Amino acid sequence: MTNAILTGLVLGGMYALIAMGLTLQYGVARIMNLSYGEFLIAAAFASYWLFTGWAVNPLLGLLLVVPVSFGVSLALYRVLLTPLVRRARNRDALEVDSILATFGMMFIVQGIMLTLFGGAYFSYSFLAIPIHALGEILALNRLIAFGLSVVVGLALYLALTRTRLGTAIRAVAVDPNAAQLVAINVVRTSALAFALGGALVAAAGGLISMFLTFSATSGVVFTMKALIVVVMGGVGNLLGCLVAGLLLGLSEALVATFIDPGLTLAVNFALFLGVLLVKPAGLFGRAQR
Amino acid sequence: MVSSITRLAAGLLALAGAAATSLSGTAQAQTSVKIGYAISRTGPGAGGVAVTTLPNYEMWVKEVNAAGGLKLGDKRVPIEVVEYDDRSSAEEAARALERLITQDKVDFILPPWGTGLNLAIGPILNKAGYPHLAATAVTDRAPELAKRWPNSFWLLGTSAGAANTLVELLVKLRGEGKIGDTVAMVSIADGFGIDLSGAARPALTKARFKLVYDKSYPVGTQDLSPIINDVKGLNPDVFIAFSYPPDTLGITEQSRIAGFNPKIFYTGVGTAFPLFKQKFGANAEGVMGIGGWSGDSPAIKDYLARHKASAKGAEPDRWASAVTYASLQMLQQAIERVGKIDRAAVIKDLQTGTFDTVIGKVKMENNMPTRFWWVGQWQDGEFYGVGPSTNEGARAPILPKPAWKAM
Amino acid sequence: MMTRSDVSIVVAALAGVAVLALVPVMVDAYYLSLAISLLQFTVLATAWGMFSGPTRYVSLATTAFFGVGAYTVAVLGEVLAWPLVLAVAAVLGALMAAVVGLSTLRLSGVHFVIFTFGLAELVRQIVVWYEVNVTRVLGRYVFVDITQKDIYWQLLGLAVAVFLTGWLIARSRLGFALRIIGEDEVVARHCGINVTVAKVALFTISATFMTLVGALMSPRWTYIEPSIAFNATISFQVVVMALLGGAHRLWGPALGAVPLTLLFEFLSARFPATSTLIMGVVFLLIVYALPAGVVGLWERLKAWRPARRDTSGAKA
Repeated sequence: MTNAILTGLVLGGMYALIAMGLTLQYGVARIMNLSYGEFLIAAAFASYWLFTGWAVNPLLGLLLVVPVSFGVSLALYRVLLTPLVRRARNRDALEVDSILATFGMMFIVQGIMLTLFGGAYFSYSFLAIPIHALGEILALNRLIAFGLSVVVGLALYLALTRTRLGTAIRAVAVDPNAAQLVAINVVRTSALAFALGGALVAAAGGLISMFLTFSATSGVVFTMKALIVVVMGGVGNLLGCLVAGLLLGLSEALVATFIDPGLTLAVNFALFLGVLLVKPAGLFGRAQR
Repeated sequence: MVSSITRLAAGLLALAGAAATSLSGTAQAQTSVKIGYAISRTGPGAGGVAVTTLPNYEMWVKEVNAAGGLKLGDKRVPIEVVEYDDRSSAEEAARALERLITQDKVDFILPPWGTGLNLAIGPILNKAGYPHLAATAVTDRAPELAKRWPNSFWLLGTSAGAANTLVELLVKLRGEGKIGDTVAMVSIADGFGIDLSGAARPALTKARFKLVYDKSYPVGTQDLSPIINDVKGLNPDVFIAFSYPPDTLGITEQSRIAGFNPKIFYTGVGTAFPLFKQKFGANAEGVMGIGGWSGDSPAIKDYLARHKASAKGAEPDRWASAVTYASLQMLQQAIERVGKIDRAAVIKDLQTGTFDTVIGKVKMENNMPTRFWWVGQWQDGEFYGVGPSTNEGARAPILPKPAWKAM
Repeated sequence: MMTRSDVSIVVAALAGVAVLALVPVMVDAYYLSLAISLLQFTVLATAWGMFSGPTRYVSLATTAFFGVGAYTVAVLGEVLAWPLVLAVAAVLGALMAAVVGLSTLRLSGVHFVIFTFGLAELVRQIVVWYEVNVTRVLGRYVFVDITQKDIYWQLLGLAVAVFLTGWLIARSRLGFALRIIGEDEVVARHCGINVTVAKVALFTISATFMTLVGALMSPRWTYIEPSIAFNATISFQVVVMALLGGAHRLWGPALGAVPLTLLFEFLSARFPATSTLIMGVVFLLIVYALPAGVVGLWERLKAWRPARRDTSGAKA
């Protein structure tokens, strides 16, 4: 039992980590980013390349990968997405446009990775060391990813609720038009949120590359997982993201241990659908309209 | 604004026109042998194609053309390649093949990667009378399909063959007193895992093994530790995982971390990948898996060296890669024996002839080879075939599997 | 009463269908399969637009219904007569859509997207689990006696049906109600429109067509497994095609489906190794150049001529 709970928590932490960037991009910047998983895989490739080519510790590599991804995302938002934001008449229109544009972006990023790395699987071992905790054995690299996701999640949650900038970001998330009225620069705040999401997804990519096998075409799996966690937790809510991720991870581990590993994903989706039926806006989301 | 719209419309029209002309293709005089293939450059199948299929196709074409081409009668004719991306979808694969046949009018077609796609295109190749050398499909229906489509050859065998060979090996080892009779088995909930576990289950029961764990997990499971922890608690002598590459790596890593070290540790697709050795290094030692090859044979050693030279240092996998390359050699030998582009005669020759390939002499019976490697084991950095033990070049398995080393 | 232009449209449509019906006897196997692809996506995108256009709900459940249709044929194809198989598929699809619609259509737009995606995955996981644990085989063989030409003609029939249905709905009370709902749901409620019934009815009709497409397509492949039948990319392709064409018109999605299918085909044939990259670039170009979809472009072109003479008639 402790074992299932521990592995579930660790797995859930990873899900939350994967999803946190998207909750900012989707919740605040209103970009339904279908190329999200591709950016995650790109960061994983970067960490792999730094580790195998330059012997750079993937954790240290994050110091390079995360800022680069922040910059790239900021540039992307400025160059590609701002025109869409400007021409969109309402939220629905922006959603449609962002789905179409990021769908194209997904192909581009994937195409670049295919050209650079080919379609083969990649994997390496880093910190795959057994750690004894509460009488159970866990992998150190997964534990680190879990720890970081909790720390980052809570830190960002506090930053969003306790600082001026964070309040501005939340205001944009709730109502971009009203935010404008109180002298918040919506476009700049959105760009910042999108770039912050880009930084988070890079961190997630770098961390999961330590223990998951990936290939240039495996991004879409992560986009989907992230979308599910984000919506279940409530779009734009980091705490919701964390709780939803942990719930999914726990349910997966418990079902695998006590019922049937074959049903894990089905139960995950059922849980997700169930939450949405009871709380259509997600666990921590506020109802719209 | 309007002019930009008209320009765009004109551009789209031009694009459509270009598509139409490229679709129609042009007829060519027989100065080359056109060989076409549609493989998964993208999508879930891309990982398998990149390791097993594409490097071998490219290397074979390069080698044949470097030698002047295929020998048709007394002259050599170079190969011209037409390639499409099937995006890992059955519908795309079917359409790409129809295009190869009717538009590009290719002389021969090389098959896609994977069981599902090979089955999906079977009827098309059969109807058009092209030889179909399925080198990456494992299906129990293979004998029946070979009857239904006499142009199809199933070079990787049946899942029953894989499962029975494994169980035979286990029975033998138990007879020698090297292992007990508890077995834990997990399988991926996909065609491959279900077929193999479906065949292994009755075989194990019949051989009076105790199946202490028998579960499947869905494709895309990202953490297999609950399964490994459960299995570890049961302490079986034999652990069998009919898994796909990402899970094969995940299961092995997790077992090492959890210190789960049964006497026999067997994993599925991916064990034979060079990536496995690269990731686990010395810890690969003693791990068994599906596939294997006669690592000591000069033909295989030569093939390995040529593959590395051709594919920028990448090594082939130790199962379907060599079979894929052998299928190309068989096709080449059949074409050259016939001496002209006569697909019916080539099919006939494939059915009856004997072929000299990197995996040894191959003579097919009922459109299937008579000899397969089903169980391999990592020994000193090479994945040697250990089962069936009657195969030429079979090594004796190392038992029990050595303990995991700290990394 | 039909106006003169209505009559000419009907005549043109009939002539078009007649020409299209002759396609299989005129072209070779490749063009036939390309034509099948075009029809498949036309019907899927149009059915998608039928529901999502007026309600503005982006549904990713296309593949769930498509897959149910395909699987029905895989299971019953060799047991029942063909029309009966199709009928069972249609009923299954409609039932599933009605249940899903009743339970989910109160979700707001954003969440509906993900919900429908989750639904497609859930159905797929359940089918996998059932096959693994009950039938113990994953992957079924479909050996039914249906030729490619038959598939084409059936799809063409379905395409006619979907356009006819869409046209009839637009002229019915239901269509009128839907337009109001699309403009403002609160207003619609106040007008006494039963919003839920209208939405569920439309969702069910649209899903039934999708299920039928899956059923008609499945004899094309000898082998059906969940990853083939419940291929998530179909959902995305359909959404993108319909949005690109313009989902607020009945014929809009088709205008996205046809060029995009041809484009994908052209790119994967011409640039097999780099098609992904080029596809992405072309896609972005289209998105930026056609802000309101193909329909929007068409409407702007149409609006342009009179607008020069009549300055007061220009509308956004």
